Amino acid sequence: MEGNQVGNMPLVFTLALRNLFHDRLRFIATVIGIVFSIVLVMVQMGLYLGFGRMVTTMIDHASADLWIMPKGTKCFEDPSLLNMRERYRVLATSGVAEAIPLVIGFADWRMASGEMTPVFIIGSDLRSGGLEPWNVVEGRIESLAGAKNVAVDQSYFDRLGVSGIGSAAEIRQQPVRVAAVTSGIRSFTTTPFVFVDLNRARSYTGVPSAKASYLLVRLSANTDRDRERRELLSNIPDVEVLTPSEFRERSRRFWLFGTGAGAALFAGALLGVIVGTVIVAQTLYASTKEHLNEFATLRAIGSSKRYIHKVIVCQALLSAVIGFSIAALIGDVIVRLTETTALPILITPALLAGLFLLTIVMCVGSSIAAIVQVTRIDPAMAFTR
Amino acid sequence: MIEPLLEAVDVAKDLGSGAARVAALKGVTLTLNGGELTLLMGPSGSGKTTLLSILGCMLTPTDGTVRICGRSTAGLGPEEMAQLRRLHVGFVFQSFHLFPTLSATDNVRLALDVRGDPARAARAKSKEALARVGLADKAKALPRVLSGGEQQRVAIARAIVGSPSVILADEPTAALDGENGRAIMKILAEIASEPARAVLIVTHDPRLLPFADRIVHIEDGRITGEERGGASSP
Repeated sequence: MEGNQVGNMPLVFTLALRNLFHDRLRFIATVIGIVFSIVLVMVQMGLYLGFGRMVTTMIDHASADLWIMPKGTKCFEDPSLLNMRERYRVLATSGVAEAIPLVIGFADWRMASGEMTPVFIIGSDLRSGGLEPWNVVEGRIESLAGAKNVAVDQSYFDRLGVSGIGSAAEIRQQPVRVAAVTSGIRSFTTTPFVFVDLNRARSYTGVPSAKASYLLVRLSANTDRDRERRELLSNIPDVEVLTPSEFRERSRRFWLFGTGAGAALFAGALLGVIVGTVIVAQTLYASTKEHLNEFATLRAIGSSKRYIHKVIVCQALLSAVIGFSIAALIGDVIVRLTETTALPILITPALLAGLFLLTIVMCVGSSIAAIVQVTRIDPAMAFTR
Repeated sequence: MIEPLLEAVDVAKDLGSGAARVAALKGVTLTLNGGELTLLMGPSGSGKTTLLSILGCMLTPTDGTVRICGRSTAGLGPEEMAQLRRLHVGFVFQSFHLFPTLSATDNVRLALDVRGDPARAARAKSKEALARVGLADKAKALPRVLSGGEQQRVAIARAIVGSPSVILADEPTAALDGENGRAIMKILAEIASEPARAVLIVTHDPRLLPFADRIVHIEDGRITGEERGGASSP
């Protein structure tokens, strides 16, 4: 039988490769450990990113240069209310082109069958287009101006007991009719969004006409946003003025860290890293122990410690690359399977790059125990074994 | 006067510590000259392996000096000792110590790879070394398909491929039958015939005596005698 020729591949790499594949069962266990660990971290971090995107979806789709909200508002779903008189002060500020009121809130949806389910109402002035439904697949946004008309997402048809355009239901004992259908506007809370006109949003949520949840500010062309914000804050007390990215960040921080959801996701990810590190460290250590005679021979024939460390680190890197590649394929499948769910797992190129780096660090870090072991090797062992 | 390739003067080595401390070597003086095959013979526990480890720069003596190719090992750290080994010493072990997952060529090439020699040149030299020990046709074979004699020849090729000045062999024929043992000794004797190379073989086997230029006897950590071997007879 002949050994496989590996061309002019560095011998360190050949040795690492052969050591790794010598005990196939152990190699498979190592790879499963890495895959399990990285998929776990990938899912947790993908959920974190997906959750982060879901909680800001309304802010992302609103058309505003600045958001005005009651002081202390924690997230988009916050029930605090503004006085509508502030709107006139906002409009009186030079550089402000529009101040569009937005009303949000929970309400009860009563199906034709009599069953009830909670919904989240989003109402804005449809003529100004502050926050209107997007991805409309049936009907027209303009039709929402008509009495009783609402827009719902097709993914919630079953929850709402409707089948499409023309389906009827009740909100707060007032009859409504589905006039537009969207696709992919899902809520992470699983409570369906219902888009309506501003005035009917007030009546469905009980928000009086003198109040609004937010004012979406659009600035005139060539207006300095920071200067405008300072001016708005000095003119109007007891409100906050945030840029969309600041509001996004605040919402994200609230839902991810204020509720503990983010901490739980990070804890899961950390667990994945620990499990992976322990498994890889254990298998590398066992592999090194099994090849101790060979490492002693290497040392005896004059190899430096660095050369031997390179063999072990190379084994770790090979395990990392193989394990990560499989984990990435599994991650791709998971992303496809969850993309239409209430909480899609989001794997960005940056996350993928970070995970690859993490796999490398985890595997190389795991080789420390093995390296410590070979560092103590006595080359004279080669004479006595 | 020709300077010896390897010189040990008054070498003592204590092993263990406290009550378990044992004097393994007690003032050993030995020189290895180029063009000579020296046999080191002695009973088990006489200090042969300890002396071989010290001469091979694997252990440092408790007392005395060792010079290899003119360089003293005194005060050298583990990495400097490793450098001396890879540049000046070739080892042949009783149980071959080949890497089971590497081909014969790659096993030989390891001795050059640890020195950082370029892969292509190292591969060519390794094949030459294998040809020299009669294994040109087994270059791609894995150790497990080679006989014991062939495996030891691969080990010899690994020991000589870097052209070291000193070859140290520990019972190189102990695991082999008579015929293979003689073949191995012929190769080692041929290597020792080069004027720039010294070969020291530790053995119990009296069948090796005809191949020796010198026979050194060691007992209880001391050199007890030295004689000319069969190979040096006219």
